[in-house]
Formats: sequence, C-alpha cells, structure tokens
Amino acid sequence: MIHFVLLISRQGKVRLTKWYSPYTQKERQKVIRELSGLILTRGPKLCNFVEWRGLKVVYKRYASLYFCMCIGAEDNELECLEIIHHYVEILDRYFGNVCELDLIFNFHKAYYILDEVLLAGELQETSKKSVARVIAAQDTLVENAKEQANSLTNIISQATK
Amino acid sequence: MACKLREFVQRVRACKTAAEEREVIAKESAAIRTAFKDDNPKRHRNLLKLMFMHMLGYPTHFGQMECVKLIAGNSFPEKKIGYLGFMLLLDEKQELLMLVTNSIKNDFNNANQFIVGVALCAFANLCSAEMASDLAAEVSKLLQHSNPYVRKKAALCCVKIVRKVPDFGESLLRPAITLLSDKHHGVLISAIKLCIVLCQTNSTLLEQMRKETSNLVEILKNLLTSEYRAEYDCSGISDPLLQIEILRLLRLLGKADADSSDIMSDVLAQVMTNTDARKVPGSAILYECVQTVVHIEATKGLRVLAINVLGHFLSNNDNNIRYVALNMLVKIVALDLQAIQRHRSIVMECLKDADLSIKKRALDLVYALATEDNVKALTKELLEFLMNSSRDLKQDLTMKICSVIQKFASSKLWYIQNMIHLISEAGEFVKSDSLYMLIVIISNTPKLHGYTVRLLYNMVGKWKNQESFALIAIWCIGEYGEMLVNHAGELEIEDPMTITEHEVLDTLEDIAAKSKESINIRVFLLVALLKLSSRYDTCTERIKDMIENYKHSSTLEVQQRAVEFSAIILKYSSIRKVLADRIPALNETVYESKRADGAVAALGPTVRVASPPLFSENHITAPTICTKLSSTDSVNLLDLSIDKEASGQTLDGFSMLQDLLNMDTRSSSKSSPYTGISDIDKNFTEDSKEHPSTSFGNEQFLEMYSAQGPMFPSIVALQTNRLKVLFNFSKPTNNPEITMIHATYLNCSSDLCTDLMLQAAVPKFLLLKLDPASGNILLPNANGTITQCLTVTNTLHGQKPLMMRIRVTCKVNGQEIVEQAQVENFPSGV
Repeated sequence: MIHFVLLISRQGKVRLTKWYSPYTQKERQKVIRELSGLILTRGPKLCNFVEWRGLKVVYKRYASLYFCMCIGAEDNELECLEIIHHYVEILDRYFGNVCELDLIFNFHKAYYILDEVLLAGELQETSKKSVARVIAAQDTLVENAKEQANSLTNIISQATK
Repeated sequence: MACKLREFVQRVRACKTAAEEREVIAKESAAIRTAFKDDNPKRHRNLLKLMFMHMLGYPTHFGQMECVKLIAGNSFPEKKIGYLGFMLLLDEKQELLMLVTNSIKNDFNNANQFIVGVALCAFANLCSAEMASDLAAEVSKLLQHSNPYVRKKAALCCVKIVRKVPDFGESLLRPAITLLSDKHHGVLISAIKLCIVLCQTNSTLLEQMRKETSNLVEILKNLLTSEYRAEYDCSGISDPLLQIEILRLLRLLGKADADSSDIMSDVLAQVMTNTDARKVPGSAILYECVQTVVHIEATKGLRVLAINVLGHFLSNNDNNIRYVALNMLVKIVALDLQAIQRHRSIVMECLKDADLSIKKRALDLVYALATEDNVKALTKELLEFLMNSSRDLKQDLTMKICSVIQKFASSKLWYIQNMIHLISEAGEFVKSDSLYMLIVIISNTPKLHGYTVRLLYNMVGKWKNQESFALIAIWCIGEYGEMLVNHAGELEIEDPMTITEHEVLDTLEDIAAKSKESINIRVFLLVALLKLSSRYDTCTERIKDMIENYKHSSTLEVQQRAVEFSAIILKYSSIRKVLADRIPALNETVYESKRADGAVAALGPTVRVASPPLFSENHITAPTICTKLSSTDSVNLLDLSIDKEASGQTLDGFSMLQDLLNMDTRSSSKSSPYTGISDIDKNFTEDSKEHPSTSFGNEQFLEMYSAQGPMFPSIVALQTNRLKVLFNFSKPTNNPEITMIHATYLNCSSDLCTDLMLQAAVPKFLLLKLDPASGNILLPNANGTITQCLTVTNTLHGQKPLMMRIRVTCKVNGQEIVEQAQVENFPSGV
C-alpha cells in the first residue's frame, strides 16, 4: 500500500501531501524534512528508489517537481513508478501541459484528481479517460451550483433593493 | 476582508522574506478567523486559503470546525471543499472525527454519485477503528450499488476497514468475490485489492478464495489477448496496472498450493514470454510475474524462465530495472544457484555502476554466488574492484573478500597471496582475527616462509599507509629476515632477486619514517630489529645505531624496548641468538574450526577444537590418561577427563622455546625482556578500541612469551638410567590455580628410544590437561629432547599441594620399557 504521497519542488517547498497512514502533524513535518533532504540531494543518474525507515520511497522528477510515493517493503517499485506516471499524465491532460504554477494555484484541483486515482493508499482507476470524465462532471456540477448561487443572490439583492 | 484564493496565493508568493510571509499569513489568518466567527457565506473560499496556509506549515486548527459545518451543508461544492479540508487539516487521532460520522452516513445514501463518492473518499482516507466499525455495514451495502463509480470506491473503503478491523473480513468475502466478475476495470482492480487484503489477514478466507483462481486466470488471459483499447492502453500493453494486481493475487493464492500453481503456470509463462520488457510498464509486469513464480510451487522450467527474465533485466540500460533485478536475485539465490551463475559476468559489470545501491546489491549477489570453482577468478576481480572503490563500500567489500578467501582457500599459497594483497589494499577494514589467522597460517607453513617474506618485502614498496600491513610485513621480515638474503625456499613462480641486508634495513627505516604516529609500528620494528641483529651478523653495528635512535622516544613503551634491546645486543650477546630465535608455529586448530564454520568469529584464547585440519601434515594424538595405580596408595586417583586432541602441528623449534623458558625461570635478569613484551600485550588490549586492526589475540602471545608472575624452580620428576624428565613451571594467567608445566624428556642411555609416551594421573582435586608432545623419538645420550606441556588446575590451591604420578613408556631396541614415578617435590606455591 502507498503510505503517503509527497510533491516537493526543487527548493524543498511542499506542493502537495497526502497521508494514507496515521502520522501525527509533528511526525508529518519530520518526515517531510527527512525525505526532502534525502531525495533532493540525489544525483540524476541514480535509480529512483530509496530505502528509508524500512519502507521504500519511489520518486520521479518532472521538470522542477519531485513526485514521491512511499510504499511498503513488499510492494513493486516499478508499479509505483507507473502509478506516478499515470497521475502525472492525468494532470497533464486536465491542465493542458501542466507546470508547477498550475499546481500551486489550483492545489485543490490537484487533490481532487489525486482522490480519483488513489484511495486508501491503493489505485482505484486505471483508465485516464474515466478519471478525466469524472473530474469534468464534478467541475460542471460546481460551476452550475456557483451560477445558481450567484443568480440567486442577484435575485435576492435585486428584490431587497 | 475576503480575497480570492488566487490573489492570496499571489500575495504570499510575492513576499521576499520569511518575515514578510509570516506577516501576510498572520493578517489573513486573523481575517479568516473573524469571517468564521461572523458566519461569512464565503466559507469555502476561506477554507481553501486556510488549506494553502496549512501546506506552508502554519497552524490552522481553528478551521477544523468550519470543515464540519461545510460537510453538514447541502450543496455539492461546499461538501467537496469541506471534505477536502477535513482530510487535509485533520488526522485520524482527532475527536472531531466523531462529529462527522453522521454526515458521512447520510451522504452515503445521497442520490448524487459524486457526493457519495466524496464521502467514501473521506471515509477511506481518515477513518479510525471506531468509525470503521460504525459504518462498515453501510459501506458493504454500497458494494452492490448500481453505479460502478460508487462500487469501486466502496471496495477500497472495505480494504481500509479490513486493515483497521480485521474481523470484518469474513462478512466481506462473498461480496468481494461477486465483484470479481465485474466488467469495469476500476471495480475489478479495487475488488482484487480487497481480495488481496482479505487473503493477507485471514488464512481461512484464503482457502475459499483459491476457488477463484481459474476466474482470475481467465481475466488475465483476456487482457493479454484482447485487442487494442485506447482507454487502457499503455505503451502497447493493455492495462498493465490491472495485470500486476491480478498477478499479485495469484501469487497469494498459489503459495504452498500445488493445484492453483498448476492452473496458473500456463498464463504465467505466457506473460513472461509475450510481454515487452523494454519500457517500464512491461518490466513492472514481468517483475511482478517473476515474484509470483518464485513464491508459488512452480515447475523447474518456469523458474528458469523467471531467472532468465531477471538476467535480461540486468542488461537493461535503465537503472531502476537493474536495481530491481539485483534485489530479486539476491533474495532467490538460495533457490537456484546454477541458473544464476550464468549471469555472473553481467553482475560483475554491475559492480562498476555509478549508483551506490546497485553496487551494494551486486556485491551481495557476487558474494552469494561464490563457489569452489569460481572463487579464484572471483577473488581476483573483487580485489581489482576494491582498488577502485569508494571508501563506504570498502569496508563491506573487504569483509566479504576476507570471508570468501577464508571459506574457499584451497591452498595455503593462494590464501597467503590473496590475504596479503587484501591487507595491503584495505588492511584497516580487515578484522584482527583475520590478521591473526594469516600469521598463524604463515607460521605453520615453513615451506612458504621464504616466499611470503619476499612477497611482503616487494609490496612494502607500494604500501598505502595501511598500518596492519606494515605490522605484518615488519613481523615477517623480523622472523624470516635471513631468507630474504639467502634465497631460501624459492618457489618457481618467483623471480629471483638479490637483496642485501642493508637494503632490508633501509626498507625498515623507510617504513618507520613514513609512519611517525604509529606506536605499534615502532614497537614491532624494535622487536624485528632485535631478531635481525642475530640473523644478520654483518649489520650489528647499524642495527645497534637504529635502536639507539629510539632510546629517547617520548613513548615509554618504545623507550623501554629500545633500552632493553640495545642492552641485550651490547652485553648479553651470548643469549641474544637464542632470544631472537624463530617463534614456533602457532596453534592452527582454532583456525581450522573457523574454516569449518566458514564464519569469521571471535578467537578464544585457549579453545582447542578437535576438527580435522586440512593443511597440517602430522597428526599426533595426545596420550590418554592412565587411571588407577596400585591400590596401596592413599591418594585417590581417578579417571580424568582430558580433551582428546586429534589435530597436531609441525612444531619446529618448540624445544628451543622450552630451553628459552628454562633459562628464563632461572635468572630473573633475563626476565625483563619478557615482562616488557607482556606489558605490550596489555598495551594492545587498551589500544584495541582505537586500533581494532592491530590487536593480535594477546592471550596467544601470553602463551608464547609466558613467564609472568612468580618464577618457580624446576624439578626432576623422574630420573632413571635411561630417562630423565624435567618439569618447569609457570603461571601464565593471573589465576593462581592454573599452572603450566613444561616437561622435558632426555634420553640418558645410549640406545635410540622411540614411541615415547607420557601418562599422568592426579588426585581428584586437580584437573590435568596434556598437550601433544613435540615428538616421540629421543636420540641417545641426551642429544635431543622432547617437550610437552601440561596444564594443571588446582581447585584446592593453597590448601593442598600438587601431586602427580607419571608413567613413561617407550620402545628401545624393539622392547617395551616402562618407567614410572610419583612426583611430590613440586615447589611450594605452585
């Protein structure tokens, strides 16, 4: 199972964290510090797997972001690399040539997408098209609700004028 | 004042310093807090801002109640943000979770699939054990929801429930199995995950799940042979992630079960042969497949196929794939050594990889692959690799090379050569036991003394500051120095070289000059110089001068030795030769026992293990102890248990040492060099913490240079026309109960005496141990002696003196002669 997902920038700034195992707030901070130190200092030619605290951390660098996933000792590292790639491709499809800035300003959307790909530390959907479809549907729902709310407030404010 | 999320993020990013950022955040925090208090309708926007602050690491606990309120709201967007905030700002341990349980339950029954989805998501990511028990029933109902979107999420929620509360597994088995026939890939993968977790937690469920094996095989086959579907295609492979999960479940089902393994072997072979390994998805599938094959009851053909797959991985350009292959190979090396041997050369290539973790794994694998046949080539490659490797790898590598050499050494020559090379490269990492082992072996092979010392002499020229190597070299040069100049014992493989004595002394001076900080080297050097002073007659003056240099050393040890040794050279030249004589071969039995274990264990001082030695030439069995003598004796003599020693060793010069010790016990003025040396042994134990590579089992040295403690006069134990037996005493340890008796036999008659054997009996309160005698042929007219060591432990020391009855049997002119005597004149205090 995937214990947590971590997205860190080259400068060590956290862009996204998702915890599937119980870690207290303090522990989380510690883990982030440790892993940042461990992963950011690795050279480019080294392999993408690191052993850490008896678990394995699989990371992949896309442009200026490191996507890290911590898996159990028994899990398949190559599969985890695939899952990371799967997620990144979906993000790319959604944002259209995704870059780090997209993820900074729309972190909530990145979380929504992650929640459609992983659940309880396991993969839930292998089809990128399905995920895209679902996210689009939810986005439409939110848009409609917002429009409705806006129009309602307009009507009320008009009425109360 | 509420601003949009985008503005807020921009403002924070525009801050140039940390202090500025803190200010902006604090202001916004305050604004949000008031907004929450005032029940501002823009709650969701504020919460998003709060989440952003949380990601930056600022405290945000005041937003937790807001999450709860948002979740309880009615509209989808609010719920969505509420749940997101909930998952982000809280963790499992919080009590607020309870407040949300009801909302979640209601949301499970909502008509909108996305609301159900979002609730399930929050539940799966954050539920505690209590929440799990509360809502388990609801979730399992959702497993049969009409919408696959909901079904798949529900399945994964069940995974979480089972992980938290394993007892729920039973009730979930049936629904899980039904889901396996679902067409939707997302549901399928979640269902498989659920089955995996169920199998892992409960073995009875595993049994029932086995019946589904053929179904799973069908699904996998379909995936492999299905046509191209853009939705699931990934580099030409149809839904690789699903294939991997199926393989994992098959692994669990096939473990220790021959029937299931049978059913799945076909499809496994198909996967392995048809999957394209060049890209990561294909490799991931193959890796999972190999793991499955290894864990189930696979046929030999399947296993060989799996190992070949791993072999192909090793030649892949991608680091990750090589890493994974090496990892796997190390784990299964026990399984099928032969098949892996084929890939040995590729593994050796991996040793040169840039990545440290790949190098380490390649090293482990190479070590595991070492066998009798390939050890010679392997050691050569490893030694070359050692020369170029980085420091952190050196230690591991050195220990591995060391144990390979020790385990598989087929000839002493090879052993000595390789150990010396190893020590000259990385002596600091070699354990002191191994260093001592080397000395033991060297001292036990007189044929190779010349070769060894010449090899060491040649290598001193290129030594790389390894202290242990210098120590060994100095010791050998001291011991066998004369062989350097007189070409003794030259082997065919050596190039003859002429070295003069002065050149040897030059080399020693060189070493001393290069290692000014090391006290051990100086100390060894002084002893070596003393030995050389008696072996090199022409250079006595020069050696004397060299020793004189150290008389003013600030280290007490060095100064003491220098003073004493120069005194010996000047004034006691008569006994100098004897003092500096060759050390007898050291005890090899301990080495043999360790070789039999193949492990590098710690050396015990007086452990004598009876295991068959491989290198020694003579076997001398110790005599068994004869028991009762005539019954008229008032002393009770019993059988005494004495270790039967099956191994022996060539003991050249042992008698010389005995003579040394004899002389030693008589005059105390000559005892000083020995006490000096024994002090140095103490020095070694103290230093051993800092210089682990240089402490040589000091107790062994104590035995060699025994003569500590009070000196006792020697006694004549037996004297007849034919035979004279002398006993010399020493107490090697601080324990007054243990006494070492050095027995010397002399043939006083004019006939040759053969098959000499001693038997001794002692009273009950004494424990006796006999060491093998140095020989069993006595030349007539006291032209030669035999010596033997006896160790007596007096459990009533101080209360009762030693007593012994000895019996010597020998053959003279074909006749059996027996002499016996009762020895009572032991000196007091023994």
